[in-house]
Amino acid sequence: MKRSYYASPYAVWMVMFTVVPLLFVVYFAFTGRDGAFTLDNFEKFCRPMYVSALLLSLKLAFFCTVICLLVGYPAAKFLASRDFSRRQSFVVLFLLPMWMNCLLRTYAWVSILEDTGIINTVLEWLGLPRVQMVGTEGAVLLGMVYNFLPFMVLPIYTVLKKLDHRVIEAAEDLGANPVRVFFRVTLPLSMPGVVSGVTMVFMPAATTFAISRLLGSGMFWLMGDLIDYQFREISMASGQNFGSALSLIMMVLIILSIGLLRRFDPKGEGGGMW
Amino acid sequence: MVQDMRLIELKGISKSFDGTEALSSVDLYIRKCEFITLLGPSGCGKTTMLRIIGGFEFPTTGQVLFEGQDITNVPPYRRRVNTVFQKYALFPHMNVFDNVAFGLTLKEAGELVPESRRARNFVDAWILKLQHRRALKKEIATRVNRMLRLVKMNGYEKRSVDSLSGGQQQRIAIARALINEPEVLLLDEPLGALDLKLRREMQLELKAMQQKLGITFIYVTHDQEEALTMSDTVVVMNNGRIQQIGDPKSIYDEPKNAFVADFIGESNIFDARMIRDYRVAFCGREFECVDAGFGEDQPVDVVVRPEDWALGEAGKGALDGVVESTIFKGVHYEMMIRLDSGEVCKAHSTVMENVGSRVSLSVVPFNIHIMKKMAAEPPSGEAMEA
Amino acid sequence: MKKAFKSAYLALVLLFLYAPIAVMIALSFNASKSRAVWGGFSLTWYAQLFDSPEIMQALQVTLTVAVLATLVATVIGSLGAIGIHAMKSGRANALINLSYLSMTTPDIATGVSLMLMFVFMKIPLGWGTMLMAHIAFDTPYVLFSVLPKLRQMNPSTYEAALDLGCKPGKALRKVILPQIMPGIVTGALLSFTMSLDDFVISYFTSNTDQNLSMIVYSAARRGIEPTIYALSTLMFLVVLILLVVINKRSSLEDVS
Repeated sequence: MKRSYYASPYAVWMVMFTVVPLLFVVYFAFTGRDGAFTLDNFEKFCRPMYVSALLLSLKLAFFCTVICLLVGYPAAKFLASRDFSRRQSFVVLFLLPMWMNCLLRTYAWVSILEDTGIINTVLEWLGLPRVQMVGTEGAVLLGMVYNFLPFMVLPIYTVLKKLDHRVIEAAEDLGANPVRVFFRVTLPLSMPGVVSGVTMVFMPAATTFAISRLLGSGMFWLMGDLIDYQFREISMASGQNFGSALSLIMMVLIILSIGLLRRFDPKGEGGGMW
Repeated sequence: MVQDMRLIELKGISKSFDGTEALSSVDLYIRKCEFITLLGPSGCGKTTMLRIIGGFEFPTTGQVLFEGQDITNVPPYRRRVNTVFQKYALFPHMNVFDNVAFGLTLKEAGELVPESRRARNFVDAWILKLQHRRALKKEIATRVNRMLRLVKMNGYEKRSVDSLSGGQQQRIAIARALINEPEVLLLDEPLGALDLKLRREMQLELKAMQQKLGITFIYVTHDQEEALTMSDTVVVMNNGRIQQIGDPKSIYDEPKNAFVADFIGESNIFDARMIRDYRVAFCGREFECVDAGFGEDQPVDVVVRPEDWALGEAGKGALDGVVESTIFKGVHYEMMIRLDSGEVCKAHSTVMENVGSRVSLSVVPFNIHIMKKMAAEPPSGEAMEA
Repeated sequence: MKKAFKSAYLALVLLFLYAPIAVMIALSFNASKSRAVWGGFSLTWYAQLFDSPEIMQALQVTLTVAVLATLVATVIGSLGAIGIHAMKSGRANALINLSYLSMTTPDIATGVSLMLMFVFMKIPLGWGTMLMAHIAFDTPYVLFSVLPKLRQMNPSTYEAALDLGCKPGKALRKVILPQIMPGIVTGALLSFTMSLDDFVISYFTSNTDQNLSMIVYSAARRGIEPTIYALSTLMFLVVLILLVVINKRSSLEDVS
C-alpha cells in the first residue's frame, strides 16, 4: 500500500466536517426562509444595530490584541532570556490555567469585580467609594485579555527561544546599543511569533460571546452574541439564514485579516504555540 | 569464466526525476570481492546509481542483474545488499546495541539458531521455546559483539547514538550494515562529514575491512584522492553518464577525456592538433609523443600533469614562459606560468622560482597524454529529445 | 537588579493569570453559598459534588467525549501526517491548506456550520454529534504536531530499515513511529485539553447532553453552585499532580 493513502481517512474527515459544513453556511447565507436565492440577509446586516455590533467586536478585539501584545511580549522575552532558560517549568505556569475550564475562570472574575466582590470590599474597607465594574466595556476587555494572553506569550516565547543568540552578539559587536538591537534585530526576527500570537488572540476575541455575556451582563451585543441569538435564542428555523450570513461575514473578515497579517511572516514560520 | 565473476550487472539503466535525466543508459558490471568506486561531481548520478542497486529507486528503463537474476523490481528488504547511508541514518531512538542488532532481529528465529530437536509434548515445546529464545538472545549478542569489535566500537553497546562523535557514528553505521552478512556493501559518501585526518585513517581501515571480509564494496564519493587510494576499480561519472572505467592508475595516467583529466588530479589541458601518429602540436610547438591512431591533422586534447613538467633555464627547454605566482604546498612549490604562446599552465617543482622570472618547461613524450576532443557538454535533457 | 525586575514582571503577569483560580479554589471551601461572604472553611461542596446528578452527568459527558475524540483524532491525524508527508507537494499543500482553513475558522463558525449540517441531515444533536465535532476540530492540531517531527526525521532511517530487511509496514512501526512519538503525544495532549475546555462548539452541536462548560454557562445566569468550584479545584489538582510527575520523570531522564 502506498504510504500517501494513510492520509485518506484524514482527507475524507476534513471534507466531511470542514468543507461540507462551510458550504451549508454559504448556502443558508444566500437563501431566504423559502430556500430561494436572496441577498436580503446581507441587506439586513447593514442596519445600524448590526453594524455597530460588528464595530464594537472589532474595537474590543483590537484593543485586546494590543494589550496582549504589550503585556505578553516582555513576558515572553523575559521567559526566553538566559535568566529563566534553565527553568523550563516556568513556561508550564503559563499553560496551566488553560487546563481549567475557561468559562469558570472568567466567571471567577465576576466574584472579583462585582459590586459586592473582592475589589469593592477592599475599597469599602479603605473608605473609598464603590466602583461598578461588571457590565462595563472594560470588564469585557479584561476578560478577553485574561483568556487570550497565553496565546500571545507562547508563540513569541517559542520563536525567541529558538533565536540564535550569536545574532544578537553580532549586532552588539557591530556597535548597536540594546534599544537598537531590540528594534533592528530581535523584534524583526520574532515577527513570525508575533504574527501567530496576534492571529491567535484577535480571532477568538473578535468572535467570543460567552465572555461578553458573563462579564458584560448582557449589556453589549458583540458579533458572537448576535450569531448565538439567531441560532439558539430565537427558533433556529427563522434565524438560520441571517445567522449564517453573520457567520460568513465574520469568517471572511477573519480570513482577510489573517491574510493581511501573513504578509509580515511570508515564510509562515510562526510555528504556533506548541 | 569472466561472466561468472560478474556479481551485479547494470544494463542500459536510465532514470529520470520529473523529466530531468539523472542517469542515461548506463552499462556497468561489478565483480565479486571488488572495491569499486563511483566518482564524480555532485549531481552526476552516482548516488542515484547506488540507490538503484540498493533498491531505493527503480530505473525508468534498463535492468539490474544480481548473479544473473533480474532484481530490477525487487524491494530493498529482499536484496542481499546493505547500505551505509550518507550522514549514517542511525536510529535515534535506539542505543548502539539495538542499532547494530536491528537487522538480526528481523530474521526468522530459526535462521539464526536452529531448533535443537523436536518437541515431545506441549510442556517440552514450551521449555524448548524458552531455551531457544535464550539461545537466540545470546547469539544476537555474540554477533553484535563481533561486529562491534570489527569496527573497534566494543564497549559502546549501551550508549545512545546521539552521544557519539561523527567518526563513531560512522563505525556503528558500518557495523549495522554488515550484521546481515551482505554480499555487497553500498557506501554513500560515508566519510563526507569527517575531518581530513580521520578520513585518511578510515580510508585505510575500510579497505582493510573489505579485504578481510572478502565482500564487494560499492563506494560513492566526489573525492578523487579517496577514490584512487581505496579502489580496485574507479568509475568516473558526469551528467548521468559513465566517462571512464578503470583501475586507479590507468584513470590517473590515461584519462580518456578532458573531463576525467580535469576531475582526477590537477591537469593542464591544451587544445592540440594531432599531426600524424606519434606527433602532436600544442602551445605553438610540435612534440613527440607515444600515442597513435587519432588520424592525421585531427584536433585533440592534450593533458600534461603539473608534476610532469621539468623546469629549466629560459631558452633551454621546449616552451618558455614567465612565472606569475608561486605557492608553497609543503612538499613542492606550485607555480603558474604564462607561456609565450599565451596559455597559462601549472607546474610543480621542488625548487622555487621567483615571480616574474623567465623559465622553460619540458616534458618527456611518455607524459604527454592525448585524448579525443570531448563533445560539447550534453545538455541534461538531450536524451529525451531523441 | 535586571533579573529582579524580570522576575517581578513575570510574577505580576502570573498573579493576573492565577487570581481567579485562587478565588475559585477559595470559594470551593467557603461554607457560605454566597460569593461575597466568607462563611468559614468547609468541605460540604466536595461532599455534595458526588450527589449532584447534573454535574456527574456533565463530567461523564466531558470525559468520554474528550477521551474518545482524542483517541480518534490522534489516529486519524497521525496517519494523515504520515500520508501527507509521503505525498507530492501539490496534493500535500491542498490538504495542509484545508487544515489551516479548519483551524482559522472561528469556533463559533465551526459550531454553527456543523450544527446546520447535522440538522439538515436530521441527526439529533447530542453526545454523538458533539463527539464528531470534537474529532473534527482536534485532528488538524494532531496533524500539525506530527508533521514537523516527520520533517525533522532523517528520511534515510526509513530506507535503512528497509535495507536491513523490514517490510514497509514494519519499518513504519519500528522506525518512523518511535521517532514521531513525541509529536503524537503532544497532539494527543493538545486534543484532550481542547476537548475538555471546549464550550462554543459543544454548545452548538449538542442539545440533549451537556458538558461541564455548558453547565457553567447555563448556571452562570442563576448563580453557580459552589459544587462546580469544588469539581474544578479537584480537576486542577489532578492536572497539577500529573504535570509535576511528568516533569520529574523527564528531568530524571535528562540526568541519566
